[in-house]
Amino acid sequence: MGIRERLSGNEAVAVAMRQINPDVMGAFPITPSTEIPQYFSTYVDNGQVDTEFIAVESEHSAMSTCIGAQAAGCRAVSATSSCGLCYMTEMLYVAASDRLPITLAVSCRALSGPININNDHSDAMGVRDTGWLMLFAETNQEVYDNYLQAMRIGEAVELPIMICQDGFITSHAIENIELVEDDKVKAFVGEYNPKHYLLNKDEPMAVGAYATPTYYMEAKRQQAQAMIDAKDVIRKVGAEFGEMTGRTYGLIEKYMMDDAEEAIVIIGSSAGTAKAAINELRAEGKKVGLIKIRSFRPFPSEDIAEALKNVKAFAVMDKDDSFNAHCGPIYAEVCAALFSNGVVGPKGINYIYGLGGRDVRIESIKTVYAELDKIVETGCTGETYRYLEVRE
Amino acid sequence: MSHLAKDMTAEVTWKEITPGCNIFEGATASVIETGDWRTMKPIIDMDKCKQCLLCAPVCPDMSIPVVDGKRGEFDYFYCKGCGICANVCPFNAITMVKDEK
Repeated sequence: MGIRERLSGNEAVAVAMRQINPDVMGAFPITPSTEIPQYFSTYVDNGQVDTEFIAVESEHSAMSTCIGAQAAGCRAVSATSSCGLCYMTEMLYVAASDRLPITLAVSCRALSGPININNDHSDAMGVRDTGWLMLFAETNQEVYDNYLQAMRIGEAVELPIMICQDGFITSHAIENIELVEDDKVKAFVGEYNPKHYLLNKDEPMAVGAYATPTYYMEAKRQQAQAMIDAKDVIRKVGAEFGEMTGRTYGLIEKYMMDDAEEAIVIIGSSAGTAKAAINELRAEGKKVGLIKIRSFRPFPSEDIAEALKNVKAFAVMDKDDSFNAHCGPIYAEVCAALFSNGVVGPKGINYIYGLGGRDVRIESIKTVYAELDKIVETGCTGETYRYLEVRE
Repeated sequence: MSHLAKDMTAEVTWKEITPGCNIFEGATASVIETGDWRTMKPIIDMDKCKQCLLCAPVCPDMSIPVVDGKRGEFDYFYCKGCGICANVCPFNAITMVKDEK
């Protein structure tokens, strides 16, 4: 049985890091992830971990520190948000292409401008093509659980992994949480034994080579395969975690989808709000359901197509806009998933919602289902690119 | 699966290439073909060559092998066609020509 606690999402990540005791942390503060290195530096100072805590001058350097450390053969971690994640971007590509399984906690926050410190997903979505694995959490418990699984997943496929949560909404809100005992965490996560590392005196190696056009595409195709292979690894690690804790994880979570005629596809903390809306609508006899994406990278294309194939209408919720005069990133990927898997029946719309911390209430989600009702009734989708609850 | 640098040739497949093109040996420069970006290549006329050896030390790579105090034919495996050797030769023994592949 686990340990009952009450923690903020940031603190839950810091506790998970303490239990894992990584070798190196490259740290630079930015709201709302600042608390993660702040709490963790206390554990370092108290001697509860023997992590090398490297306070750097920028996020670019924080990620460079992690790359150097992980290439040397260490487990390296960092945490960031918003423009800090943007500033890391150059090095995020290097970490992924050098196949270094670094773990990065992201407390998601809007990007400027207008300047805004509150939650949306524009930071994480902006780095979605860097080659990192990306898991998103609905609750503080999921942030913690995802973090405990992160290194097992990343190290198995030799790719870095982001553990994303919603800034302030889960990062600062305190919730009841069940922690895993320290010894069980250590046994579950295990030791890091990389096949190749810079500090191996018996095998001199070079990391970050130049590749001419003759080699570059082969390297990228191999990197793509690691992302494909990660789907099964995430399922296996999620199942093993479930055996230990009773909390099993896959690529997506389905809520009330068995007989659903209308569905919402969503990511992050608003899934909880949507579930509450579904409970109320189900009480009125409406056949509504939800698909929550846990793994955004790799994208669970087959799972989503399977889950949506029998609905009449669906809405994909994007807490970010691609500004392509068309749709947000999750809608684009969901539609591609459906089309690729031969699912063309359901009618889909896209909502951009919750930008810059705009509150998402049960009523907000209910208006989405009300729009889906209209689409099912009339057979007409109307405008598919919509903003939720924006003042007209 | 080989991780040796010598096996990372232009025929290597995506399944066989080293992760991230990382290199797992020291001193591998000699086994890697770096002459494949060449567009011009130097040709030596041995009748004009006086073996003064001004060309060998200015070659930025190792394309002019010298054995027993005499230079031999160019080693095109490394030659990028920079033309410094042709420029430095006092006897016009080295000509730059278009490299046809």
